[in-house]
Amino acid sequence: MDQPATQPFIQVRDVSKYFGQFCALDAVSLDIELGQKLVICGPSGSGKSTLIRCVNRLERHETGEIRIDGIVVDDSPTGRAVLRNNVGMVFQQFNLFPHLTILENLMLGPVRARKMAEADARDLAMHYLERVRIPEQFNKYPAQLSGGQQQRVAIARALCMAPKIMLFDEPTSALDPEMIAEVLDVIEELADSGMTMICVTHEMGFARQVADMMLFMDHGKIVEMGPPKTFFTAPESDRCKLFLSQILRH
Amino acid sequence: MRFTMSKFWALVPSSLIRLLGLASLVSIGGCSGNWGWYVVNPATETGRQNLAFLIDGLYYTIGLSVTAICISICLGLLVALPALSSHRAPKAINRIYVELVRAIPILVLILWVYYGLPQVASLSISVFWAGVLALAISDSAFQAEIFRAGIQSIDRGQYEASHSISLNYRDTMRYVILPQAIKRILPALGNQLVYMLKMSSLVSVIGMQELTRRANELVVTEYRPLEIYTVLVLEYLVVILIVSAGVRWLERRLETS
Repeated sequence: MDQPATQPFIQVRDVSKYFGQFCALDAVSLDIELGQKLVICGPSGSGKSTLIRCVNRLERHETGEIRIDGIVVDDSPTGRAVLRNNVGMVFQQFNLFPHLTILENLMLGPVRARKMAEADARDLAMHYLERVRIPEQFNKYPAQLSGGQQQRVAIARALCMAPKIMLFDEPTSALDPEMIAEVLDVIEELADSGMTMICVTHEMGFARQVADMMLFMDHGKIVEMGPPKTFFTAPESDRCKLFLSQILRH
Repeated sequence: MRFTMSKFWALVPSSLIRLLGLASLVSIGGCSGNWGWYVVNPATETGRQNLAFLIDGLYYTIGLSVTAICISICLGLLVALPALSSHRAPKAINRIYVELVRAIPILVLILWVYYGLPQVASLSISVFWAGVLALAISDSAFQAEIFRAGIQSIDRGQYEASHSISLNYRDTMRYVILPQAIKRILPALGNQLVYMLKMSSLVSVIGMQELTRRANELVVTEYRPLEIYTVLVLEYLVVILIVSAGVRWLERRLETS
């Protein structure tokens, strides 16, 4: 809190995370400013999902420190509050609540965690359903929707909590090819509206469009980081070159 | 999706009628002339009275079982929750409770609660509540295992999604996990109710005026155990087959929704 003017919105400092003997994150440090769009790529098991799950405290890192808005993210009340008020997340498997309607899925957080009045929460939910372009589905259950629609509902559900930053954990990896575009379009619009986001994805075309910073991870370390222009055209490390050549070949 | 009551009742008669038929076959063909159905013959005044006396026990059997199952479900859930903790101490508490309670025979627990508990806790406890308490405690260990399995069958992503929209533990359980888990374990809970109805017969030992106790008392005055216990068997059969049909109906309904 010493220099509020210059301090980055999210600070990741020397964060390490182990699963047993396996080192998922190896002293990762990273700064993200408000409004920034960071895309993380890398081979599976490289720690990219673990990194954003640590930011949202779905995983507990062993060493290092993560600060959001200057406040340490931990299990203390202030740590929880800063997460609650700032961070939204979208999962690979959507993780909608199957026993609730779309509208109820969206209203649950605002009503229960934010203590918002039902009517206000309903308006908010409908607003975001319109934004992800499926307002007509509000009364259906998740299982009645296509994968692409479900993921858009999941994005709307996260937005209903009015986060300052959105985390996307491979949001299109569980989707059929023809549904990827509709989800990426929604994320792109969100990026254009100024939302801060960290997105783990293998969709390099999308990354090029949206990202203002690219990050390549391998073996729990950040191997390469830079603006998309130089990242895609002139990557420095051999590991990143190899990865990009493989992923961009098709 | 939609089920009518007629479909519910359609599940009952076929099996019921078959069993009643079987019972009458046994009564007619099984023995030669030793039956004395007059004790429960509805055509006579005494028979009617005896029959009414036996059947009135149903109120207590059902009242006892339903009260006990409601308490045991709550108790079971309470005992199941610490088992889901990632810490060792709450897990141990759950294990100890489940193992201890499962190791006590229900009959012994009924006797202890009725004769022992009032002395330990210096309180007076009615036959009904002693029975309810003993049955509920005994059943809660099984309910706890059912709840634990049901809750553990819910995908981890549901917890993560709840966390990501800032629900606390209580709200996560109440609005996300338990509604899904309970839907999955409803058939198992129904089976516990059937089990409870049968075990309630044990409460007859402390004088609870339920079906079995009444049959015993009538046998002592009428000396016709064969007929009276046959009626008792049929009483349990009818009640339990109806409940089983209800459970099956519920299962089908859940399958389609």
